[in-house]
Amino acid sequence: MWLWLLRRLGQVIPTLLILSVLVFALQQLMPGDPALILAGEERGDPQVLAQIRAELMLDRPLHEQYLHWLWRVLHGDFGFSWRIRMPVGQLILEKLPVTFQLAAMSFVIGVAIGVPAGVMSAVWRDKPSDWAINGIALFGISMPNFWLGIMMILLFSVQLGWLPPSGYVPLWEDPVMSLQTTIMPAFVLGTGVASVLMRHTRAAMLGALSQDYVRTARAKGLSETFVVGKHALRNALIPVVTLGTIEFGRLLAGAVLTEQIFSIPGFGKLVVDAVFNRDYPVVQGVVMATALIFVTLSLIADMLYMAINPRLRTA
Amino acid sequence: MIRRTLLAACAAIGLSAGIAEAQTQNLRIGLREDPDILDPTLARTFVGRIVFASLCDKLFDINEKLEIVPQLATGYSWEDPRTLLITLREGVRFHDGDVMDAEAVRYSLNRHLTMQGSFRRSEINTIEAMEVVGPLQIRIRLTGPSAPFLSQLTDRAGMIVSPRAAEAAGRNFGNRPICAGPFRFVERVAQDRIVVERFPEYWNAAAVHLNRITYLPIPDSTVRLANLQSGALEMVQTIDPDDVPAVRRNSRLRVSVSDELGYQGITINTGNGARAQTPMGQNPRVREAFELAIDRDAVNRVVYEGMFVPTAQPVPPANPMHIRDFRPEPRNVERARALLREAGITTPLRVEMTVPNNPDLRQVGEVIQAMVREAGFELRLNATEFATSLQAAARGEFETFLVAWSGRVDIDGNFWAFTHSRGAQNDGRYANPEVDRLLDAARIESNADARRALYAQAYQIAFRQDRHRIYLWHRKNIVAHTARLSGFVNVADGLIRPQGIRLQ
Repeated sequence: MWLWLLRRLGQVIPTLLILSVLVFALQQLMPGDPALILAGEERGDPQVLAQIRAELMLDRPLHEQYLHWLWRVLHGDFGFSWRIRMPVGQLILEKLPVTFQLAAMSFVIGVAIGVPAGVMSAVWRDKPSDWAINGIALFGISMPNFWLGIMMILLFSVQLGWLPPSGYVPLWEDPVMSLQTTIMPAFVLGTGVASVLMRHTRAAMLGALSQDYVRTARAKGLSETFVVGKHALRNALIPVVTLGTIEFGRLLAGAVLTEQIFSIPGFGKLVVDAVFNRDYPVVQGVVMATALIFVTLSLIADMLYMAINPRLRTA
Repeated sequence: MIRRTLLAACAAIGLSAGIAEAQTQNLRIGLREDPDILDPTLARTFVGRIVFASLCDKLFDINEKLEIVPQLATGYSWEDPRTLLITLREGVRFHDGDVMDAEAVRYSLNRHLTMQGSFRRSEINTIEAMEVVGPLQIRIRLTGPSAPFLSQLTDRAGMIVSPRAAEAAGRNFGNRPICAGPFRFVERVAQDRIVVERFPEYWNAAAVHLNRITYLPIPDSTVRLANLQSGALEMVQTIDPDDVPAVRRNSRLRVSVSDELGYQGITINTGNGARAQTPMGQNPRVREAFELAIDRDAVNRVVYEGMFVPTAQPVPPANPMHIRDFRPEPRNVERARALLREAGITTPLRVEMTVPNNPDLRQVGEVIQAMVREAGFELRLNATEFATSLQAAARGEFETFLVAWSGRVDIDGNFWAFTHSRGAQNDGRYANPEVDRLLDAARIESNADARRALYAQAYQIAFRQDRHRIYLWHRKNIVAHTARLSGFVNVADGLIRPQGIRLQ
């Protein structure tokens, strides 16, 4: 177990290193000179441009910029945002709880809708209710988030006046207000997750329901609820859990459009604004932080599998 | 006992009424983007200037007639065409309690001039020397006469910062700016909010009725408006022209409109690299044909509800240097076709236009595309993300470029940099020595009529003879707010000055 963990950690470091090189290199391919953006309406002045390039080391060779950045990151310093001059580390720590809250709420909504819908759809296979659930799920997958978001704002905020249309209040400042500001974006994101989970739960349940042990359970005279809930669902959930972790990771990486529409100051909004403003240190910092989250999540998932399934431990 | 209880009750009622009053005076303003750093020396964005309007007073300000009025200064006099004596207001304090005096003004202007990465340097680099004459008087000596100099002190270059705070914070001053404006900085959460609160020792405290202003960046214009409609905001910085009718119909909302200082236009690459070597770049007659094929009124009606002001020059009608007789020529497709024939062009002539990638400007591009097709142009639109288009323009990687300028109070800021051969924003590298001479002469001419005459000549050569740039229209600053809000003055620079604003 410990050896395995060490081996996994050994893989993590090169992964992050390669990713950091990739991010650095890809940014150079982005058209648009950061110095021109930063210079704003003063961009015509060559002196101003030269000054900005010198200050941000943009006039140095790429490998030198990279090594300088890497050295500072190893010392825990992600640099500062070129646009607003705040430390990138501070920005990430500020946005992480926001994104985490939104992701968690979306995930809960997604699971709460997706898994029961999948089970019902499998149990009532080819009945009208199955078609209805499938239809709704298809709608959920194909509906663009920004459209659903704006429609919800117009209905719940403008027409009914029940919820604030956008913005964010931290959970520890005002829990009720915080839930009010995040419920709409969480629902928008959650419906997408729910649709994916529903389709997979349905498929897995259909598989499980046709297994011999289910027939045996039914033959033993167990109630249908018990057969479906205890025997079939538990087995069907394994692939669903895997998918769930991936979906949760995706939510954490930032819901770009949804955060933009609802003005939620999370990872997605941070990285989009940074890309448009060519704020390279912020882009690098956020991508690395996201990668770290993903790697950690997958490490935790692997450890959980080993805890659940003893056969994996020897593999 | 009873009396005491009564007194306590009255006090409590009074207190709660006071609290209610205080709460109603909290203004929430929706901005279209998150401002950049809040340091007057380093700041660049327009939305940042809106926040500065509450944080940092300037030596001078402008009013709705575009006149320069005193703010931190009480007056000025030109001792000679190169020497300006500024008298300062007495009893002004910075947010840290320090006194604003001539030494602070000298320090701030010097900071603008010398700080690494300063964006103010090019605005006031005509300063040769500064001398503190007394606690409330400073003498500024310029390298030469400059008509636009004073107007620069009505914007960020004229903002005075607390020397003690600026020295202590260095380059991080923008994270906690200390100035002498009506409101002081409370907090900023990037991309979420900027909060300022009333500064009780403000020199003009009687004009300030609000207790707190929260600036919220909300990029999507539909969502920004929805926030206003649902009461989550009291004011939005700008709404789209096609949303104006809906807001006007809503009895709980008000719209306030003013002409902007800038313009929308089309820059033509006449001399910047290989892409200038086209009939469009080399032949003024082709450019004339292109301009004659455009019907500004029709584009304005189709895309902007007819709200904008069609133009042929860089400054709006309110500007004293606006030349009333210099109007856009009416659309004339026959003449345009004839011009192309005279120029020996086989139509259709392919022309490319770089268009910023946002919905209304893409639509403008499409309407122009349809219009010029009738004259024999095959216009290809190249929708480009803003950052990319800036770089392309500077490098000459464009034929024509649909671009806007936010505008400056003095005409020099709208004209010289874009048309002078040494102009920093002359992306098409237009160069005509006669135009250069006229622009330089106008820059140092202090008599308004004589100055206007010089600009009239320059217009004629640059825009009727050489046609290096096509001006389309002056946009509007469209501010929407709740009907509970009163006292807002919509000045052409589009800033939201908190003085005088109150909420019922």
